[in-house]
Amino acid sequence: MNSMRSDLANDIAQLTGEHLVLVGVAMLFAILIGVPVGILLTRHSGARQWTLGLASVMQTIPSLALFGFLIPIPFIGGIGARTVIVSLVLYALLPILRNTFVGITSVDPAVCESAIAMGMTDGQLLRQVQLPLAARTILAGIRVATVTTIGTATIAAAIGGGGLGVFIFRGVASVDTAQILAGAIPSAVLALLADWGLGWVERKLSPV
Amino acid sequence: MSVVEFRDVDYEIVGRKILTGVSLAVQAGETLVLLGRSGSGKSTALKLTNGMLFPTSGQVLVDGRSTREWDPIKLKRQIGYVIQDVGLFPHFTVARNVGLVPRLEGWSEPAVERRVDQLLEVVGMPAAEYRTRYPRQLSGGQRQRIGVARALAADPALLLFDEPFGALDPVTRYELQQQFQKWQRDFGKTSIFVTHDIREALRLGTHIALLVNGRVELSTPANEFPHAASPEARAFLACV
Repeated sequence: MNSMRSDLANDIAQLTGEHLVLVGVAMLFAILIGVPVGILLTRHSGARQWTLGLASVMQTIPSLALFGFLIPIPFIGGIGARTVIVSLVLYALLPILRNTFVGITSVDPAVCESAIAMGMTDGQLLRQVQLPLAARTILAGIRVATVTTIGTATIAAAIGGGGLGVFIFRGVASVDTAQILAGAIPSAVLALLADWGLGWVERKLSPV
Repeated sequence: MSVVEFRDVDYEIVGRKILTGVSLAVQAGETLVLLGRSGSGKSTALKLTNGMLFPTSGQVLVDGRSTREWDPIKLKRQIGYVIQDVGLFPHFTVARNVGLVPRLEGWSEPAVERRVDQLLEVVGMPAAEYRTRYPRQLSGGQRQRIGVARALAADPALLLFDEPFGALDPVTRYELQQQFQKWQRDFGKTSIFVTHDIREALRLGTHIALLVNGRVELSTPANEFPHAASPEARAFLACV
């Protein structure tokens, strides 16, 4: 009995670890892509509509279907964690992209105008004025994306990507509620912790 | 040589004429008031002066050189600019706001600090008390004083004011107008001052140019303006 319990504890620990890696890597890429692209959209109005449109469309594709599309693609596809991470990045992109864009474009126009009038270069305007003032909005986007990604990542187990979804799929297959909960509860706790932690950082940011 | 000269300037945006055939000259030490109703093109004229906009045709000369030939960043840093909404950076302290242009220009830290203290004194806001405050902790009048201090920071020879006191209550506005006159006496800066307030124009201007639908209807020394016969001038004078 004791050893069974510690087996379960070990499994939870291991799968939680896998889950965190999936989410962590996906978020890292989503931020590295989403924030710079969001900034570029504020500078080049031409690409704005179709980029945001594309990111929105991405969100509407069911995750299992997205796996189906990605698996046959060389390099990024295949069975396993890589495909999962690619699709998680695609889902996480929209909130980050949109909040970066909205955060920067909603900085008080008088503030931007006076920055330009005082002879700031575009880079100085961005780094010293727009990004600091948009930081909270951008972080809010990252927070939303992280929380959803933690939930979405449970689907990874469907194509052998590991993570807490392994419990859920196993539980569903064997009609074992305890197994399902062993996956669902840690995943929910992770999501809550991420929400709380990033929310705290958000409040700490910028004096405005 | 004029500090600023407009030579037959047109400015158009998406086919709409904002300014038509504007010619003006501002001499050193003068305060030119651009007077006109909302939408008469006053603010556009200011933005043409510091190279935030460029004329569709004609030329704007600053120190005898067309704004198109100036390095755009250098031109802006040589001209102080104060707008109605102030546009102080909300995430910067008062001291950082005031020291902005000197820092951009690469002044040494002690020199920036000295300059900030000196300017806060000039605008009547003791450094000891206000240095570390944020703009949201100031009243509208105080924010506008900081806006002026920021514009003066790198000691520009030319200052542009875009309805700087327009959003203030009448008492505070009057106080700042008096301060403005004192600054002009003390520093003798060349200024272009945009307003739709005829009293402000008569009080602060040495020269007044009246804009109507993007054209200069009248350009005259301020003391002769009350005798002007043009219809728009009479309409403004009727408000006094």
